[in-house]
This record gives sequence, structure tokens and C-alpha cells, in this order.
Amino acid sequence: MARITAGVATSHVPAIGRAIDTDQTQADYWKPMFDGFEFSRKWEESEKPDVVFLVYNDHATAFSLDFIPTFAIGVAEDYAVADEGFGPRPVPAVEGHADLAWHIASSVIQQDFDLTVVNKMDVDHGLTVPLSLMFGQPEKWPCKVIPFAVNVVQYPVPSGRRCYNLGKAIRKAIDSFSEDLNVQIWGTGGMSHQLQGPRAGLINQPWDKAFLSDMVDNVARLVSIPPEDYIREAGSEGIELVMWLIMRGALDDQVTELHRHYHVPASNTAIGHLILKNGNNS
Amino acid sequence: MSEPRPYDDVPGTTVFDERMARKGYHLNQFCMSLMKPENRERFKADNRAYLDEWKMSEDQKQAVIDRDYNKMLSLGGNIYFLAKIFSSDGLSFQYAASTMTGVSEEAYLKMMLAGGRSPDGNRYKSEWEKN
Repeated sequence: MARITAGVATSHVPAIGRAIDTDQTQADYWKPMFDGFEFSRKWEESEKPDVVFLVYNDHATAFSLDFIPTFAIGVAEDYAVADEGFGPRPVPAVEGHADLAWHIASSVIQQDFDLTVVNKMDVDHGLTVPLSLMFGQPEKWPCKVIPFAVNVVQYPVPSGRRCYNLGKAIRKAIDSFSEDLNVQIWGTGGMSHQLQGPRAGLINQPWDKAFLSDMVDNVARLVSIPPEDYIREAGSEGIELVMWLIMRGALDDQVTELHRHYHVPASNTAIGHLILKNGNNS
Repeated sequence: MSEPRPYDDVPGTTVFDERMARKGYHLNQFCMSLMKPENRERFKADNRAYLDEWKMSEDQKQAVIDRDYNKMLSLGGNIYFLAKIFSSDGLSFQYAASTMTGVSEEAYLKMMLAGGRSPDGNRYKSEWEKN
């Protein structure tokens, strides 16, 4: 049977991709941020996941304002790397897992979450930066990826609680897939940041650190945070953190924290990173 | 008329809800078109001529030509769409953020290196009006 072995949370700032692609990771500005992912890359080398279910948001790349799916699951065999306005990142194309993706789509829709099914989409930094942080710069990504895009751009966005419950439905779907697969679920985006307006640059370190801790053992508090609190406390783009709750919902109630990293700044953003091992599979 | 929202009292922040999206649809779709290299070239060659192909208001077109990002936000632009403009210009999110906060990129970078803008005094519009 397929099983979710671990959850990963990480921010997904475009400037991180640029730092990797232009060999800046050891520069003074970037080194402390990247050092926090060294453990993670080594850990992935030994974990060898077959599939990563990657929760991210599209940044006006695959989805314009013509269609705005709240939750979209990629069921394609492969995904091209998007040109976001400065040419595509020089990273490998992303290979999908169509069988598992369709299985999850069917199961989750029947559990009353209306997913949009996507056969073709280019993936942007929201998806490729986490892959680079966790896998480095391989010629080919070491596993298949199921992209799962969440609307956190056009309000209203889904609530934290709905995201968490959706995670539970995804868990149930993956647990019922007959092929023996090591699946990880990643929640990306955040932490506190605001990219727009006169309040741009907002960072709330105490709030972020409390969020990281509660991801481990007090998710009940996190699922109750309303959108306006994310905006006020963690900046207008801090709302991306609801995507971490999809990941958390797909894990056991009890998890083991393997790794935590927090760093300010990467460009405009506070970087948060967690690796949570699923309790059941230890 | 639209109902007030619980985030309306956050200072210096434009939440991209339907009130903004309805104003900004064509502005944002123009931005989206800049993901194609051939469109970027045409836009760079003549901003005005390229913008005139879009059903945007004169204010929106002028704000784009002026690269006035706060103005674009107030006219319905969303930051992830507007990012296509400064990316086409070869400029970073950090640069764009500094222009929106009215400080130099250097001063903005310094603020971020010192831990960013504190939420203290920046949660409610009333806190900004006092100063």
C-alpha cells in the first residue's frame, strides 16, 4: 500500500531559486538560509521518496484571472517549468504520477472536496524552489511529483480549517492506493511576508515561531486562525501558511519533529522549514 | 455597495478581493501576457502602443508607464500579476517592494536584514493615523 511517511514545510521565495541558479548559495547573504537545508537534502537522499504530493500556490502563472480554482490537482504525466517573466528556471521538468493523482482526485472528490482536475499546467517557483531546496541541483528530480495548487491570491481564499480537513481526505486517499509507494506531502509558502503596499517588508518572528511549534503539537490553534489575522499578523502574503495545514492534516495527530529551521530574511520573506515524521511509520 | 471586511482596517495593505479584482481584470491580464518573450519585447519597445491593445483605463495605463506600483494596486492590480512587469524590467521583488514603501532599495534591504518591519504599530490603520 502507499503510505505517507513524512511531511515537509518550506517557504518558496523566487529569489531563493535565483540564488541557487546563479551559484550564490554560499554568499554571506544566503549561506545561513541554505545551511538550514543541509540536513534536509541528506535526509532526502536516505529517504528516497517515490512521490511528493506538493501543495503550493500558483503565482499568476498557470492560472490567470480567467479561471480561479480553489484547489487544483495535477494529473499529467509531466509538467514544464514556467517562464515567469525572466525565462524558465534552469531546472529539470517535473514528472507526474498520473495513476496516484487520478486515484486521489477520485477519492477526495467523493469525500466532498470539489477539486479542479488539471491535465496541463506549467509549474512556477512555488513548486520548483521547494524541490531545489530539498533535492539540490540534480539532472533529473529523484521522484515523481503531484502538484496541488491552492488559491491564496484571489479572495476569498480557503480557510485553514478547510485546508486541514482536506489534508485528512488526501491522507485517506493515499492510504487506499494499492501500489507500494513511499509518499511525502509538502506544504509550501509563508512564513510572514508582505510584498505589496506601504506596509511591505512586514515580518513577525514571534508569530512565525509559535506557528512552527504549533505545527508539531497544537494544530487545533492554527486551524482556527481567520484570514484577517494572517494578513494583520503575518503580512498579506502570510496567508500562504494555510497550505501547511493541508500537509499537517495528512499526517498522524502525533508526529515526530526531525528538523526545524527559521531564518530572516530571504528577499522580503521569513523562511520557515519543518520536517515531520509520521508517527505511524516509525 | 460592498460590505466592510474584517481586514479593511489593516494599514498600507490592499487585499485582493472581488472589489479589487473587478477593477483590475484587464490590468492583470495585460501583466499575464508578459510571460511570453515576444510580448515582453513588444511592450519594451513601446509601452504605450502595447498598453493601447488592452481594455484598461487611462489611469491604469499611465500607472504602468510610470511604474507606480502603489497606484497599480489601488486600481486593482495584484502583486503577483504586477510582478510580471518588474520581472520584464529585470528588477526584483525587493526592488519593487522598496518603491512601494517609499524608501531606497538600500534602506529597504537594511530594514529586512535587521529583521523586517515590526508588526508593532503596523496592525491597525488607527496606529498609522496617530503618527
